[in-house]
Amino acid sequence: MSATPWRRAAFWVGIAVWALPFAPLFLWPFAGSWLFPAPLPTVWGDRAWSYLLSPGARVGPALLNSLSLASAVSIVAVLLGLPAGRTLALARLRAGGLAYWIFLLPAIVPAQAAAFGLHATFLRLGLADQWLGVALAHLVPVLPYVVITLAGVFANYDVSYEQQAQTLGAGGWMRFRWVTLPLILPGLAVAGLYAFLISWSQVLLTLLIGGGAVTTLPMLLLAFVNSGDHALAAALALVLLGPAFLVLGLATRLARAPGALGPGGRIA
Amino acid sequence: MPALLTLVVLFGGGLALALAQSLGYWPALGRETLSLDVYRLVLSEPEFWPALGFTLWTAGLATVGSLILGVAGALLLRAAAPGLGLTSWFAQLNLPVPHSVGAVMILLLLGQSGWLARLAAAFGWIERPVEFLILTHDPWGLGIVVEYVWKSAVFVAVSAWAALAAVDADYDSVARTLGASGWRRFTSVTLPLLRPALIGAGTLVFAYTFGSFEVPLLLGQRYPSTLAVLAYRDYVAIDLDRRPAALALSLLITAVTGAVALAGWVAQRRLASETGETSR
Repeated sequence: MSATPWRRAAFWVGIAVWALPFAPLFLWPFAGSWLFPAPLPTVWGDRAWSYLLSPGARVGPALLNSLSLASAVSIVAVLLGLPAGRTLALARLRAGGLAYWIFLLPAIVPAQAAAFGLHATFLRLGLADQWLGVALAHLVPVLPYVVITLAGVFANYDVSYEQQAQTLGAGGWMRFRWVTLPLILPGLAVAGLYAFLISWSQVLLTLLIGGGAVTTLPMLLLAFVNSGDHALAAALALVLLGPAFLVLGLATRLARAPGALGPGGRIA
Repeated sequence: MPALLTLVVLFGGGLALALAQSLGYWPALGRETLSLDVYRLVLSEPEFWPALGFTLWTAGLATVGSLILGVAGALLLRAAAPGLGLTSWFAQLNLPVPHSVGAVMILLLLGQSGWLARLAAAFGWIERPVEFLILTHDPWGLGIVVEYVWKSAVFVAVSAWAALAAVDADYDSVARTLGASGWRRFTSVTLPLLRPALIGAGTLVFAYTFGSFEVPLLLGQRYPSTLAVLAYRDYVAIDLDRRPAALALSLLITAVTGAVALAGWVAQRRLASETGETSR
């Protein structure tokens, strides 16, 4: 099919309409005041940013919680997901088969019921309203994505490299460190970065298990939206978007690294 | 496998505990007899049926909207052929946007004092915010649907575009040579090629939107609300007697989304065996 000017124009109009929601998001944080009929801020200013930077806004602790939760959850998920992804792929279980489906289910089915069920037990174990409890809860939606992504990485993996190393006398750790790891590292990093994004975006699980005691950036965003201050909400939304785009950029770059096994699996 | 164990304990265990508690097994409260009373109670609540209807409506409309706009997007991508770099850039632009941020973006765009209302005022179409269309916190959940479609249509478009690109033979040109009209080519060539991708993407979109929480919380009315928001309100209510109802509601969401996921999986398998996996 040829790219006629009409089709090109329709494509760019589509892109423009779809990009429209980004416009007010990038305007509001720099509005000192923005009275109704004006299509652009009436007074430009840094009111929102100076509030976000003030200790009273509690953005610092929330940022720290979000970052530490997402980092820890993605590292643990990758460590747990590594053997699972390898087994799924090397046992030649078909993508789309039942084993995949079981692993994907916790990512498709909302985690709300599981979180309600865990909450009472977490209360008894002293995990509710705690960072650790929230991290455990985040693993439920994160782990499936990591396992499926790593299964995609291992689908292109040739075990004979390991067997050669074994013939040459390399032990288990040496084989992993010098043969397996270099081959899968980019795919591993991509899986970890996707895990980071999922944990970074969590609202319900943090709210339920954290019980308001574990404040992350999305928790603050809910509070700012409820306060009705558009400039504050938009500025905090940008704070949430920044690291997310950085992480995605990194993942994209790594997935394209030459000679490496990228994630062949589809990301839902 | 440690991953399987973790998921079984956290997800399976959580579900099992939720089920036990929803059936009235709360040893801490001195209740150990199992009954379906909570489910009967939930089904007879005046808030339940409107919430179920609202959830089905928003999830269904969001799924249909995402599929239609996603297919349109895939066709535009194929027709305009902007190159692989631009396509993947486009595909990823809203992937990292959390739904909470997406909801804020829709609020700032479509709210009655949002950017579109301001542009409308600049053109002299309206004078005051209340004159603008009610697109957020509206009874039809339009703001919620727009947020989901905005996020998911890209996912559908990219899945569909990849499915079209994966087909080696240019069936479309063949059909054109045979004299098929544009619409005929779309319905008998393009759509059948897209079916597996659309079933997969549609299943994921519906299952997600049926149980999602933060978007209706930020863009919805208080009543009717979605089942997930209703369940959350019941769970955190001061009255602890509301908790079993919350559990029953959340398990209902689990059952529906699980059934949808299973149906999607079966449909994809059946399609794959019919076509001998050629369309993948």
